[in-house]
Amino acid sequence: MQRILLFLYSIRAFLLFVTLETVAIWLIVSYNSPQGAVFFNSSNSFTGAFLSTKDNFTEYFTLGRSNEELAKKNALLMKQLANLSPVKDSVNIPLDSLMESTYDFRSAKVINNSINLRNNHITLNRGAEDGIKEGMGVFNGDGIVGRVKGVSRHYASVISLLHTDLLVSSKIRATDVFGSTQWDGKNPQKAKLKYVPRHVQVAHGDTVVTSGYNAVFPEGILVGTVDSVSNGTDTNYLDITIDLAANFSTLTYVYLVENNREAELDSLQEITEIVNE
Amino acid sequence: MNSRTVIASIGGIFLYFIVQVLILKNLVLFGMAFCFLYVIYLLLLPIEIKTIPLMVIAFVLGFSIDIFYDSLGIHTASAVMLAFFRKPWITVITPTGGYDSNTPPTLLNMGMGWFLMYSVPLILLHHLTFFLIDNLGTSLYIPMVYKTLSSTVFTFIIGMIVQVLFYKKRRGI
Repeated sequence: MQRILLFLYSIRAFLLFVTLETVAIWLIVSYNSPQGAVFFNSSNSFTGAFLSTKDNFTEYFTLGRSNEELAKKNALLMKQLANLSPVKDSVNIPLDSLMESTYDFRSAKVINNSINLRNNHITLNRGAEDGIKEGMGVFNGDGIVGRVKGVSRHYASVISLLHTDLLVSSKIRATDVFGSTQWDGKNPQKAKLKYVPRHVQVAHGDTVVTSGYNAVFPEGILVGTVDSVSNGTDTNYLDITIDLAANFSTLTYVYLVENNREAELDSLQEITEIVNE
Repeated sequence: MNSRTVIASIGGIFLYFIVQVLILKNLVLFGMAFCFLYVIYLLLLPIEIKTIPLMVIAFVLGFSIDIFYDSLGIHTASAVMLAFFRKPWITVITPTGGYDSNTPPTLLNMGMGWFLMYSVPLILLHHLTFFLIDNLGTSLYIPMVYKTLSSTVFTFIIGMIVQVLFYKKRRGI
């Protein structure tokens, strides 16, 4: 017995090494699972406070560009508003609930971001107290950015579109053919559009937008433009590379969108056993 | 190890940590070369430090950095890996006449040749572990090798600059 203990004592460093590595691997696995614990990420209150202090110093460097972006978005919205405002005459009839908007929008600021790893995350300076919830879609004036993974009281952690596990249901605007956008881990400006059948005509420069099928994003938010199309190795689907619309290296302000009826849609699909890709 | 060295080491860990998460996190050359300067901190702790305390330090430091990188566990695993192999590697490359006691194994104390042989394999081991875990389950092995090699060179060069600028000969920080 004593010899066993002595032996164990003599390899204590190795035993500690194995233990610590096991803990680290357990952390990696639990963090990367979809239902992973999200306490230890950059949205916890200490880390968030630290990062937003840093952002207080660095935000001045990007003010010019973010102002320009906001002004552009404003102009676009004003144009759309002018088109939508009804002319006051008796022809107008009130819309019924079929056309009622089911989306809520919020804004937030990016305080932490990375683009060069294989699985990238973004931290935002808004949290549960500002109405941010898990699963909300994130986009900016240019295009979609990601999806909220976890929230604390004042901060939120977002899975960037530059994360190899995130799929976004998208479609080609011209032909309404749908597929899924997924990053392949190589270039932060390009992503793949998957599951587009081979018989579809796709051309360089076609616009790819969100399809609105998976209830995270409303229909029609820009994802990117088609860069190249080839037959690829899969016998059923085309190999499409798209240029992402959002510039991930200069993210400053983003919008969050919440679908009020996501729970209803999800439970309906669960009952009818529809699996969304 | 006297109290002076201990205080300098504790101060050093905070400095390296803050520089890593606030500045170097955003500094990636050509989307390829990362700088994990905190590795240099682990390498420059005094030679006498035992493997067990070193692994605990590496675990805590790696974990803190992981929280800011949103890469939970990856820095932890690679830092512990480096800590475990540091002592055996130091023993292997003992120069004739052995080591002076109470000397941090810095570039200025030990000379370029020894430091190159000491640090490069250990940095390479750390970076290889990091990028291997990061790219696990994909087929991106060629970019992974490029990233590992360029990051090793980058970390080593920045590490040398830091030592020349901020470390004194035969002293702690």
